[in-house]
Amino acid sequence: MAVASVISKESGLSRRSFLRVSATAAGGLIVSLYLDSSLLAQPKPPAKIYPPDAFVHIKSDGGIIIQVNRLEFGQGVQTSLPMVLADEMDADWSRVVAELAPAADVYKDPVFGIQMVGGSGSIAHSFQQYRELGAKTRAMLVAAASEKWQVRPEQCRTEDSVVHGPGGQSATYASLAEAAAHIRVPENVPLKNPRDFRLIGKDTRRLDGRAKCDGSLKFGLDLDLPGMKVALVAHPPVFGGSPKTLDDKQARSMPGVVDIFEIPTLRKGTAVAVVADKFWTAKQARDRLQVDWELTGLGKPDTTQLSQDYRKIAATPGNVAVSRGDLKALETSNPADQIVAEYEFPYLAHTPMEPLNTTVRFDGDRAEVWAPSQFQTFDQMAVAEVLGLTPDRVTFHTEMAGGGFGRRAVPDSHVQREAAVIAKRLQGTPVKLIWTREDDVQGGYYRPMYVHRVEIAVGPDGLPAAWRHVIVGQSIVADTPFAAMLIKNGVDETVVEGIADTHYEIENFHVSAHQPTVNVPVLWWRSVGNTHTAFVMETLVDELAARAKSDPIVYRRKLLNPEGKNLIAVLDLMDEKSAGWRKNLSQGHAVGVACHECFGTSVACAVDVSIENQRPKVHRATVAVDCGRAVNPLTVESQFQAGMSFGLSQIVPRGAITFKDGYVEQNNFDGYTPPYIADAPTAVDVHIVPSDAAPSGCGEPPVPVISPAVANALSHLTGKRYRSLPLTVL
Amino acid sequence: MQTYKLTVNGQSKEVNVDPSTPLLWVLREELKMTGTKYGCGISACGACTVHLAGIATRSCVVPISLVGGRPIVTIEGIGEDRAGRAVQDAWVSEDVVQCGYCQSGQIMAAVALLKSIPKPTDANIEASMGGNLCRCGTYVRIRKAIMTASQKLA
Amino acid sequence: MTSTLRRTSVIFLIATAWLSTRAAVAQDTATTPGGQQAGLAAWQQVYSVLTHPRCINCHTATNYPEQGDDRHRHLFNVVRGPGGKGVPGLNCATCHQGENADSTGVPGAHNWHLAPLSMKWQDIRDKILPSAEICRSVSEHSKEAGGVLRHHQQEPLVLWAFQPGRRRDGTERSLPPLTHEQFVAATRTWVEAGMPCPSNP
Repeated sequence: MAVASVISKESGLSRRSFLRVSATAAGGLIVSLYLDSSLLAQPKPPAKIYPPDAFVHIKSDGGIIIQVNRLEFGQGVQTSLPMVLADEMDADWSRVVAELAPAADVYKDPVFGIQMVGGSGSIAHSFQQYRELGAKTRAMLVAAASEKWQVRPEQCRTEDSVVHGPGGQSATYASLAEAAAHIRVPENVPLKNPRDFRLIGKDTRRLDGRAKCDGSLKFGLDLDLPGMKVALVAHPPVFGGSPKTLDDKQARSMPGVVDIFEIPTLRKGTAVAVVADKFWTAKQARDRLQVDWELTGLGKPDTTQLSQDYRKIAATPGNVAVSRGDLKALETSNPADQIVAEYEFPYLAHTPMEPLNTTVRFDGDRAEVWAPSQFQTFDQMAVAEVLGLTPDRVTFHTEMAGGGFGRRAVPDSHVQREAAVIAKRLQGTPVKLIWTREDDVQGGYYRPMYVHRVEIAVGPDGLPAAWRHVIVGQSIVADTPFAAMLIKNGVDETVVEGIADTHYEIENFHVSAHQPTVNVPVLWWRSVGNTHTAFVMETLVDELAARAKSDPIVYRRKLLNPEGKNLIAVLDLMDEKSAGWRKNLSQGHAVGVACHECFGTSVACAVDVSIENQRPKVHRATVAVDCGRAVNPLTVESQFQAGMSFGLSQIVPRGAITFKDGYVEQNNFDGYTPPYIADAPTAVDVHIVPSDAAPSGCGEPPVPVISPAVANALSHLTGKRYRSLPLTVL
Repeated sequence: MQTYKLTVNGQSKEVNVDPSTPLLWVLREELKMTGTKYGCGISACGACTVHLAGIATRSCVVPISLVGGRPIVTIEGIGEDRAGRAVQDAWVSEDVVQCGYCQSGQIMAAVALLKSIPKPTDANIEASMGGNLCRCGTYVRIRKAIMTASQKLA
Repeated sequence: MTSTLRRTSVIFLIATAWLSTRAAVAQDTATTPGGQQAGLAAWQQVYSVLTHPRCINCHTATNYPEQGDDRHRHLFNVVRGPGGKGVPGLNCATCHQGENADSTGVPGAHNWHLAPLSMKWQDIRDKILPSAEICRSVSEHSKEAGGVLRHHQQEPLVLWAFQPGRRRDGTERSLPPLTHEQFVAATRTWVEAGMPCPSNP
């Protein structure tokens, strides 16, 4: 195995003892890409043997550095995965430090086969892996000690970074590390009995907490390198445009401006890069560019037009996702016994708090990249491609990220490509490319706009007798490496997830989708298809419950089939934990309920809502979760408390990206506004179903349930049904 | 380009910059103090909050030419203040942060609140923190941490 | 009657008659159609400035300021606060400095804050109050403002309205319909006319 360059941390590590990284990623083939969760049930490819020393470094002073094979962007993985490893290893937790691993083959997601974070898969896919790593590391340390003491390994026990021998001997892990590095990595090691877990399952505060509170933790945007320049890019206002004329005289005349030149940008467009000594110079220079953009022939998306077009298309059947039973009841039933509803959802921007950025230095035969990236494998390959290198010649550092929500997982790596092109021109000089907030809000890669048309025949028992569902909206994975895996029969599974796989018993069910081509780049937005599908399902189920004069929780229990047993369990837990306050609502308050399963995790919530100043005020939410074994219950609680506030992005009044004649109408937080504290629930209590099952994710599951729960509460208060987001008028 | 003398966290600093440069970028790029963050540039999010003569101030919209002699305190220095330390400790003990990018600004706003209203109500918290964005949505824990810090300071 | 008494009486009568004509002349200036009209006309000019966005955005009836020519609710959840200066952590001074910050698009003037509720020029539904109502309010509260003429002449926030600076997109903020000099002159005319107010709304 060739030794790749060590990550440039200043810890003075010996390369041999710390990192042996295989340089096998040349050519960039993606191996074992299993994104369809149903395929996870199939036999996995032969298990890789992950070398523990790529993940654990035991310093001579007893400090333990654990490499995390994921981007940390708020979800807490830089604490929870080290917890897993440290538990099996019997490490002293107080000495553990986490680092974000650079791009390397050994850090790829074991299920997806690429280094990434997304799909709520960090714990789900690396739990077993990190357990094994911890157990193997422990085994090697014990082997070294038992060899030293001439005893059998089974006679030793470990605790808090110390091996204890049968005759009272003891040795710290630090003292054994050197010897342990020479022990062959065992293939199979027994893992702990879960009842012996000391860290897993316990509330554990974040390792990065203090540093994020005193200004010391550096994010990608904070990077500073000697000689570094800052680049801003003026993008065409319509995707795919290019400069017809460019007058940069005024811009160039500003002191501190290094260079101004055209670069390729997304959708075969051309943009203008401005490189300067600092951000403010670059910004002022960019503001002084006079560009006349060539926009003829480009698709000019327009929200009003798309809405009309989509509704027309939704009246016709699309490519079939689900077809079971028959829809006769829709023809024979009385219109009074039918629900016909059209839903509309706008484009959504992610707007993570830390603006997009990437720093690249190109040295001719190699390059170095620093990026808060959710997609290290793709991004590394993209930079290599732009620079004419093989990926192994690109050292790719994973920086801490100020949020992501999917925005930093872009199959075409467009931000990294822009940065690489600029760095190529400025060979030898590190260049930090920054997308301003305006660039971000207007720069595309949105959650697509969708229209749903639903026709339900309600049976005499109040349950759905027939259900026709048509969805219209862009495919997210078309024209990406994920297309082959996720598009079946012309249907992008990420568009219909949450409906096609519902656990509601709908015998006569027809789901189809149209996937128009629109000149807007689109992307997964935290919980992807579930963002809109759960809203439709949970508001319609509530409407059915109301028509049947049934309690919404009772109705759901009745409608869920046996595959939805986890959902029934969380409904029960939520019911139990919220019964007290639900029975004692204040005047002018109403309860809203919703439940949804996605990414393997089942969630049910009840919200207490009133209307204040024409806005929904969420006083309280009670949430019940089944995420299998909760590795760090504190993280789970955080994810659900915060994730629900994030989820309310969909309903706040300025929570939409709209287009007019090809232009994005919003450009910053004044026009596209995420929830502030007053928009968020005041209190959220989270209850985790005790479980020994394999962990499933908590990154995305909090998001889909909150908006329909609030809408359902509002429906109780106003008598109206809410068919379109955001909720501008109640 | 002009020279400005600043007092930052009790220390004298001198910078030579374009007068229109926002204080935020002077802190980040001239003084290499990156604890104060850029989130929007239009005072919408509060990630850039510092204290200017004791008042919580959004440094992204204040050109350096308008700072004058007013002392500046940033997230890097707020821990020297009793209320600042209590807020930071509460943020850690209540495990407030997720991605953490907004939290410098949240903490600076919370400290301004507690120095003025030592026993804030829920309504006080909602009003004073009302303009600080947290995209992750850690608002529930922010409320709790402010109450914890308030009790500690009592 | 003696001749002395008659003479004194005549002088007294002439003096009284003279004095009353002087008084009549004085009264005429205020209450004659000419003076009243000039005062009312001046008031309408003053009213046109008071209800321009640069002024009325801070003369709200609500617990928040307004912004923009369309007088929308000030973004970012800023609130009036107890003294009209916002709340700790989110004061007016959190963003607004002592001068306009044209490079970042934030207007500024000394002691930026909201006018007290007694000086509201719109109702709780953002509807501009009628001329008669504002006129009454101004004349009643003139003393509080240190005299309305002085307020219009010297208050930095009033002066700001006539030099409101640039937005972040580089465009100039719209100006009130009069210059500051014209505004002060109209105020003076109105005050000297006795602050007449229109009777109809």
